[in-house]
Amino acid sequence: MAVTRAEVEHVAMLARLSLTEEEITQFTKQLNDILEAVRRMGEVDTTGVPPTMHALDQIKNVFRPDLPRPGLAREDVAGIAPAWAEGLFVVPKVVE
Amino acid sequence: MSGISPRDIRGLGATDIAAALRRRELTSVEVTQAYLEAIGAGNAGLGAYLTVDEQEALAQAREVDARRAKGEELGPYAGVPVAVKDNISTRGLRTTCASRILENYVPPYDATVVARLRQSGLVVLGKTNMDEFAMGSSGENSAFFPARNPWDPSRVPGGSSSGSAVAVAASLAPWALGSDTGGSVRQPASFCGLVGVKPTYGRVSRYGLVAFASSLDQIGTLTHDAAEAAALMGIISGYDPADSTSVPEPAPDYPALLGREIRGLRVGVVREGFGEGVEPGVQEALRRALDVLAGLGAVMGEVSLSMTTYALPAYYVIAPAEASSNLARYDGVRYGLRASNRSVTDMYGRTRQAGFGPEVKRRIMLGTYALSAGYYDAYYKKAQQIRTLIKNEFSSALQSYDVLVTPTAPSVAFRLGEKAADPVQMYYQDYFTIPVNMAGLPAVSVPCGFSGGLPVGMQLIGRWFDEAGLLAIAHAYLETTGWHRFRPEPAVSVAGEAR
Repeated sequence: MAVTRAEVEHVAMLARLSLTEEEITQFTKQLNDILEAVRRMGEVDTTGVPPTMHALDQIKNVFRPDLPRPGLAREDVAGIAPAWAEGLFVVPKVVE
Repeated sequence: MSGISPRDIRGLGATDIAAALRRRELTSVEVTQAYLEAIGAGNAGLGAYLTVDEQEALAQAREVDARRAKGEELGPYAGVPVAVKDNISTRGLRTTCASRILENYVPPYDATVVARLRQSGLVVLGKTNMDEFAMGSSGENSAFFPARNPWDPSRVPGGSSSGSAVAVAASLAPWALGSDTGGSVRQPASFCGLVGVKPTYGRVSRYGLVAFASSLDQIGTLTHDAAEAAALMGIISGYDPADSTSVPEPAPDYPALLGREIRGLRVGVVREGFGEGVEPGVQEALRRALDVLAGLGAVMGEVSLSMTTYALPAYYVIAPAEASSNLARYDGVRYGLRASNRSVTDMYGRTRQAGFGPEVKRRIMLGTYALSAGYYDAYYKKAQQIRTLIKNEFSSALQSYDVLVTPTAPSVAFRLGEKAADPVQMYYQDYFTIPVNMAGLPAVSVPCGFSGGLPVGMQLIGRWFDEAGLLAIAHAYLETTGWHRFRPEPAVSVAGEAR
């Protein structure tokens, strides 16, 4: 089940990457190479094996008291934003 | 002024520098100055640092000196400089992950490990080069310039903690922090002749470490010897409520446990470590190292880890899947690069296209594909099941043995450009290191000699939370062999032994 060029274009859209034509060509080949190596996993019988979501067994869900805590100062955040006005992140218009 | 020359200061190493500072034979300003001068002279050729924080480093050094002069109680390593990988957040100091997308990003907060360094009075010299977003095994994926191996500048230093390894190996920092998702501390340590520690998952807080693959990432140390590793591990380890995967247990006193008895320790030599993909020179160095361990009284045995060969394919599903999700945050909205203002979708697509390099895009594509509708069970779930089998296999091997040994990497440092065209070949660099991250175990790469004039590393893998046991073995081994005393250029031992 080789990955097609159309699938690569679809995945690039999902990942929000505006790839060039050359990149799409290159990634189509490379994803197939990598996935071919990855498919070796099929040699392993995993029937009934539970998946590992976390490396350590002793950590389950972690809770903390639901109390208000100070966050980052607004003036610290303002300086790192690409566009900022009146305490808000500015983005291109979303709704016409 | 002390009578110790800047070159001699750098030859002392972190432990002796700390002792000289405590005895007031040196000041932190003198030490920091010596490293800053060396960076000024050597960094252009080696590419170790992306950002050098000269003014702030000297200010920190002056503050430590002033507090010491006042007779304040300081930590044992106060005033010793340190280098920090550029994916670890430093308040007010540019943190780029060696990516265009974060080229001008200045974090508004310190990572927990950086806060711990500062509390201990360590002086942050700057931020070190790396493979972009810690994705790579050579340093060549830096968006800015590749770091070079001080043992042979035509060769790579390994990766992704390339600059941290180069800085320590070339004495442009006494020690450094790196991060390890699939071998990114251990493999460069191996290539540069250093001790590299990948702690148990959860031992060191990841708060402020820029996330790559959250279930695998762990911050670790790069040092010349095991005693320094124990000291630096002691500074950065411990529970942090800000990282919900950090383990609520106090870290042991690593330096105090260095002298632990080696005699009678059961060492399991992993058979796969002598497979056909491993260079003969690496195998030879490792065989000699095993003889030394036996000579120290370790009880040697052999074990097969048959799942090793499936760890790599499973990793190349899990790590890219987690990365594709973690890196979704780079969208041009809150921080980092914004490449377009035409529409929101256009802003996302063009920002990420312009900001990410080829390896990062490749992994985002791979991870997005593996998680996309219809493929989840075949790839992600299958990989997580294999992860369980890897863990189980380690768990049973570590019932029969106290420590498992493999080569850290299948080769010594390779030439720049040699593997860059073939991602699958590059991925094989992490063949022996990846299974450890999949299981969340601690491991240490220890210098174990040279092959063709280039350092070879031995990987020691221990039980969960037994970093101390690994460091004790590393310490006894290095004290016996002296491999940690060699320095590049001139490639002779600082203690005077012949190569």
